[in-house]
Amino acid sequence: MSDRLALAGVTKRYPAVVANDGVSLRVAPGEIHAVLGENGAGKSTLMKIIYGAVRPDAGEIRFDGAPVAVRNPQEARRLGISMVFQHFSLFETVTVAENVWLGLDRSLSLAQVSARIRAKAGEYGLELDPERPVHTLSVGERQRVEIVRALLTDPRLLILDEPTSVLTPQAVERLFVTLRQLAATGCAILYISHKLDEIRALCSACTVMRAGKVTGVVDPRQESNASLSRLMIGAEPPPLQHRPSRAGAVALAVRGLSLPKLSPFGVDLAEVSLELRAGEVLGIAGVSGNGQQELLAALSGEDPRAPAAAIELLGEQAGRASPRRRRDLGLHFVPEERLGRGAVPTLSLAANLLLTRREALRAGGWIARAPLAAQAGSIIGRFRVKAGGPHSPARSLSGGNLQKFIMGREIDANPKVLIVAQPTWGVDVGAAAQIRAALLSLRDAGCAVLVVSEELDELFELSDRMMVIAKGRLSPSIARADASVERIGEWMSGLWPGAVDPAPAGVAEPAA
Amino acid sequence: MIALEARPEPSRALAWLSPVIALAITVVVAAALFVALGRDPVQGLRMFLFEPLNGARGASEVALKSTPLILCALGLALCFRSNVWNIGAEGQFLLGAITGGGLALYFTANQIAIDRWAFFPLAILAGAAGGMLWAGIVALLRDRFNASEILVSLMLVYVANLLLSYLVFGPWKDPKGFNFPQTMSFASGTNLPRMVTGLRMHWGLVFALLTAAVMAVFMFRTFRGYQLQVGGLAPAAARYAGFSSRRALWTALLVSGGLAGVAGAFEAVGPAGQLTPHLSTGYGFTAIIVAFVGRLHPVGCVLGSVLLSMFLIGGELSQSRIGLPSALTGVFQGVLLFSLLACDTLITYRIRWSGRTAARGAAS
Repeated sequence: MSDRLALAGVTKRYPAVVANDGVSLRVAPGEIHAVLGENGAGKSTLMKIIYGAVRPDAGEIRFDGAPVAVRNPQEARRLGISMVFQHFSLFETVTVAENVWLGLDRSLSLAQVSARIRAKAGEYGLELDPERPVHTLSVGERQRVEIVRALLTDPRLLILDEPTSVLTPQAVERLFVTLRQLAATGCAILYISHKLDEIRALCSACTVMRAGKVTGVVDPRQESNASLSRLMIGAEPPPLQHRPSRAGAVALAVRGLSLPKLSPFGVDLAEVSLELRAGEVLGIAGVSGNGQQELLAALSGEDPRAPAAAIELLGEQAGRASPRRRRDLGLHFVPEERLGRGAVPTLSLAANLLLTRREALRAGGWIARAPLAAQAGSIIGRFRVKAGGPHSPARSLSGGNLQKFIMGREIDANPKVLIVAQPTWGVDVGAAAQIRAALLSLRDAGCAVLVVSEELDELFELSDRMMVIAKGRLSPSIARADASVERIGEWMSGLWPGAVDPAPAGVAEPAA
Repeated sequence: MIALEARPEPSRALAWLSPVIALAITVVVAAALFVALGRDPVQGLRMFLFEPLNGARGASEVALKSTPLILCALGLALCFRSNVWNIGAEGQFLLGAITGGGLALYFTANQIAIDRWAFFPLAILAGAAGGMLWAGIVALLRDRFNASEILVSLMLVYVANLLLSYLVFGPWKDPKGFNFPQTMSFASGTNLPRMVTGLRMHWGLVFALLTAAVMAVFMFRTFRGYQLQVGGLAPAAARYAGFSSRRALWTALLVSGGLAGVAGAFEAVGPAGQLTPHLSTGYGFTAIIVAFVGRLHPVGCVLGSVLLSMFLIGGELSQSRIGLPSALTGVFQGVLLFSLLACDTLITYRIRWSGRTAARGAAS
């Protein structure tokens, strides 16, 4: 049987980098084929080439044995190639059916589209109400809309880009069931990920990429995480040294914090309480869009609407304090958006230091340039940031290096409390290990560290205690030793003991 | 076929070259326009690019017109860098003219003797106060009611215009002025000190150039200036850092209003020597073009002011010498601004001549 898709010698050069260098890839019908690689390995460029969004400089693409030149996504769809992107392209204010309708040909009526959505969703056992407005859907449900939209085109090749990054563990299981069912019908699936466990559970073949080149084609079921990660990064990341914590006094306390949302698509915070002690890492898990942004803004001071007494920082009532005042008290914060929030894209690294650091300011607000550049240089050196120098603009750095610089900027301030959102999002494995090690050594030095992340693996690796945020409410805290992926996953749906929402039978436990 | 392709990095060279290319395009368009109007294009271009600077008198006139443009443009550059879209410098200019001219009128009407050098700082203070008052209204409405500063500042221009008309048609009208809408001519002690006898150029130019230097230091070497720019470049980063957006709003508007007001006062007690309804020739609006042509940089604002003053004078010259309407100035200003905006695309995009490259590729 011929391959559904065969790439040979595909090369794409950008001015600064060769994104794909002679890449070959073969996918058989009915195969779930993983493309594994770090951020920046060239996976996304390769998928864009297959989908017609980027044109290769050299190489051949064959679809069902015939050479094709996919000039744009419309042509790709005509061939039967569908793609589900990591970031959804849905209009939040209209219904599921209307969203799907937008991408289909105009001959169908809205009622027909709704009927087809119901039929297709039923075929795969997916729950989806076509009449619901998208903004009322959870992230997992939105992804279901994207998948059903792709299924409606009867794809012969489906590309999924990091589909599980926004899902609870249980939702991931349900997704896998759907994908296996789809593959059984003969559809080929390209599954892009850097999560080794998932690939080993789902895929029957795996093409590993590193720095634009294919470093191996393996059967992931026969491989271990260690052997896959060696192919992916050339070495195994050093194991993290995680010593038991010696938690000290309470550094940051939140008591019964309720805040109405600021934007129509935000989340209300309801009765949020937590205690963060010196010398411990508290991890907050949760599916994105469940109040993480709102909680972080209230803690950092970017949203100063909280009652003063609701947030106590090192003994001071700080609910209304400005970010600057909180920083003076010793609270530093690393936001999840690096460009535009954690750093000003067009300004130099040295100038970006002034956002949170004032050592280079002289009397009257005079900026001492040489000390400022020296300070930036020392952070670049200490945290091994790959950058042209203190005068490189922030946007010239890769995501991982900018994150190292921003983390370095805040860690270098010797904070008493450090709050970090998505510490290793989009960061390669090596840099991620470095950032996690830095967080732990900061903890060992007596800093109170709060990590908000959507990556469960990361939270299990870093945290001493964990909490879960769901629908704007915060679960009780649980020691990492007592937490399991299943349990946290359940909590991520809002079903923890004593939760306000009535839990289904069998899940509720008597409160201890 | 021309295609635009995103550059991996915005081009620094083009950020500075863009105004030069825009000027070149404007010159080409101007030459074509002169030909279409049946005039010698070389002679026409001379009126705009050469004649204004020809001789001491010409240079003095360029300096005279540059002074208000520099002052207004500096303030606007600060506003635009701070993401505060004040387009009503014209109104702030007129208020400064009213307060500065009003003060001169007070000295004149009450026959209070004063030295020109003693009155100079008084004119600056009075003008700044008037301009700041006008810009302060914009800041207040934006701060309190979130009213668009673009609309409020623009509409206040018309209010300022009517206020000036009311004063010179009414209470401030010269009783011996044959009922013309104008104040009496200000006493010579309240006129700005001139730099060279016989030329209209005055010491306000030096004040404007010093302001440009101070502004450059403020923008690039002080924490206050830095905070303003962060607010303009990345509002979320300013919030994250804890920089106050309210303070940025008030600072940018008061500084730019104050500078435009000083420019207005200079115009009233300098070349005009009295208040009339037609005191301004649109300096506050022209300064918007100056600020962008000057890349929102103080030095660029000075150079841009010289260029736009030459346009203003060129328009007058072509009217008197070759019989073309002085409205040409407005046409050329417009062409310059549009070319500049178009050229700015080249900072982040580059042109690909896809048809030609393909042909060349086939030939080789």
